[in-house]
Amino acid sequence: MAAEIYLNVAVSGLLTGLVYGLMAAGLSVIFGVVRVVNFAHGEMMTVAMYLAIVLFNTLGLDPLVMAVPLAGVLLALGYVLQAGLINPFITRPEYSQFMLLIAIAIIIVNVLLIVFGPDARNVQTSYAFDSFLIGPLIIDATKVYAGAATLVITAALFVFFQFAPLGKAIRACADNYTGALVVGLNVKHLYALTFGIGAACVGAAGSMLVLLVDVTPSLGPALTLLAFIIVITGGLGSMAGAVLGGLLIGFTEAMAGLFFTPSAKSMFSFGLLVLVLLFRPQGILGKRLS
Amino acid sequence: MRRTSQRNCPRITRRSFTAGAGAAGLLAATGFDVARAQSGPLKVGVLLPRSGAQAGIGQDCQRGVEITPGIFKTLGLPELAIMNADTETNVEVARARAEKLINDGAQLLVGAFDSGQTTAIAQVAEQKGIPFVINIAAAPPITEQGYKFVFRNFPTAPMILSDAFANQKEVFEAGGSGPKKVVYLHVNDTFGTSMAKSLPGLLPKFDMPYEIVEAIAYDPTARDLSVEVAKAKATGADALLVTSRLNDAILITRELIKQRWTPMAVLSMGPGWYEDQYLKTLGKLSDGPLSFVPWYDPSKKLSKQLEAAFDKAYPGNNLNTNHIYTFEALLVAADAYNRARSTDPKALADAIRTTNITDNVSTGPGIQFDAKGQNDKLKNSGIQNRGGKLLTVAPKVAANAKVDWPLKPYDKR
Repeated sequence: MAAEIYLNVAVSGLLTGLVYGLMAAGLSVIFGVVRVVNFAHGEMMTVAMYLAIVLFNTLGLDPLVMAVPLAGVLLALGYVLQAGLINPFITRPEYSQFMLLIAIAIIIVNVLLIVFGPDARNVQTSYAFDSFLIGPLIIDATKVYAGAATLVITAALFVFFQFAPLGKAIRACADNYTGALVVGLNVKHLYALTFGIGAACVGAAGSMLVLLVDVTPSLGPALTLLAFIIVITGGLGSMAGAVLGGLLIGFTEAMAGLFFTPSAKSMFSFGLLVLVLLFRPQGILGKRLS
Repeated sequence: MRRTSQRNCPRITRRSFTAGAGAAGLLAATGFDVARAQSGPLKVGVLLPRSGAQAGIGQDCQRGVEITPGIFKTLGLPELAIMNADTETNVEVARARAEKLINDGAQLLVGAFDSGQTTAIAQVAEQKGIPFVINIAAAPPITEQGYKFVFRNFPTAPMILSDAFANQKEVFEAGGSGPKKVVYLHVNDTFGTSMAKSLPGLLPKFDMPYEIVEAIAYDPTARDLSVEVAKAKATGADALLVTSRLNDAILITRELIKQRWTPMAVLSMGPGWYEDQYLKTLGKLSDGPLSFVPWYDPSKKLSKQLEAAFDKAYPGNNLNTNHIYTFEALLVAADAYNRARSTDPKALADAIRTTNITDNVSTGPGIQFDAKGQNDKLKNSGIQNRGGKLLTVAPKVAANAKVDWPLKPYDKR
């Protein structure tokens, strides 16, 4: 097999992994601060994907351009969902949080099924079939655009959490809940905002992923599982870990498909997950919980 | 008290017990027949993957169900009461839905497009003694189990492959050239695996001009097939041999375009490439692939009637395998009910066993079942997508167009 195929597949896997990373970053942000495991994460992403399709089909709006506005819509939805429904469950046992979010996930899947039907849907942008030819490399243009947008959004999130007063306040809530209350932070609002930011990540990622894959209502659970694999590999609660996990999973699946058999791709990503759980249970960039 | 009570109760003697038991037996036997005699529409449970990965195809099969009532009326066949069920593209759900349909009163089952789901339903049907007419499923073991209630009016994987090779040779001859090396991309579900297993044994018998340089299996629910196509391209094959489903056929085509690879031909031996959703999603990029599949004989009288009814109900869509074989499965059910004049499962199964429908749609002499419940006389055709239409290019006897060969480069359309 020619050397360029390894390079082609590796680049393709890494670019797909970047978008997966952004999706998983949302899950990580929510868990890192609110300590709620969002079992409806993939389903929320399918909502974003369908919104992107509707906007494209009705108004001709490009999903890449709509990534930020859709992030805003999902932010609002996430905020309302957390403040109205999830917040009362924060202090309840974890299993009741799990059940609530699984119920939300099932409702989303079924509503999407009723509204859009079971057929696979996608968007056909003018650049849907474009690719860049760089020497021996043929790189899918949509993956490049989606990957670049992911890097920009991730960088913006990093800056927000590191330098913005609101970002610092959210981190304060994550570090010390009681301390945050003592210094007068509105923790309830910050929790809802964090959930909203996590949902915004999903909104942006969904808007870009719709360029790469067809969406069906049943895609949600598969994406939720994928997000879990990525954040556990990268480190639950770490945003950089989520992006790294996405890259690793994307790369591993691509190379496993090339070296072994494509139908065993998932086996290798789960294998990687098992290795991480065995040798670094907190994930590659995760902090060990005291 | 006890003595009084005993005296007041009617006494059951051995003689009265025997007489009663005999009467009850007689009533049960005759009453059974009376209850199951033809008195209303036959309740037919139609199991299809209406959601999940195969939803597009399941919905397409459903169109074959929708157009039956009008046609059956003109043929003088009895009405069928259709009970729809969704297998959700899941083997276990298919099994559970089959059981539920039977519990809800289904007297005959039809389905289920996919070999894995069909295998599960066949087990339930056989166990419960309810006739099951398969519309589409090609895995050979389904009719090799010695089942008495399972019937298949669809070719097995080896039958599909044998006809595909014969038709491919005709196409290569008409096109003036053929591939020397092909790469085989196939789904790793029951159907795809059956096809892949049958291929090495059958290929030498047909003296094909090509060799298979590599077989690449993939998950039919895969979201991304870039690696698979990159791997296929790297083999240096002239053409692509595929056994796929619908969504993956679209994904493969997209990747061929993105990876700037136009093989000499796409030779499909399964669904996906001729589906309306494929044609509509890809537009002019859907032109060219050849599908060697169970098809219909456009010259048959019933074919013309079916085409007209389908065109009226679904303008702009093409009649295809999904509609044809789903329609024919229901045709078998209605014909059997008409002759059996009973909903008794055994009488229905016996009637299906003696089916002899020559006025049908599919390519071949008609619908008859062998001792295993398999219609072994079905023939396939070679179909090419052109301008949103499906043209028959092989065999010559059923062809209505000449093959467009080789595949036009994707970047020059």
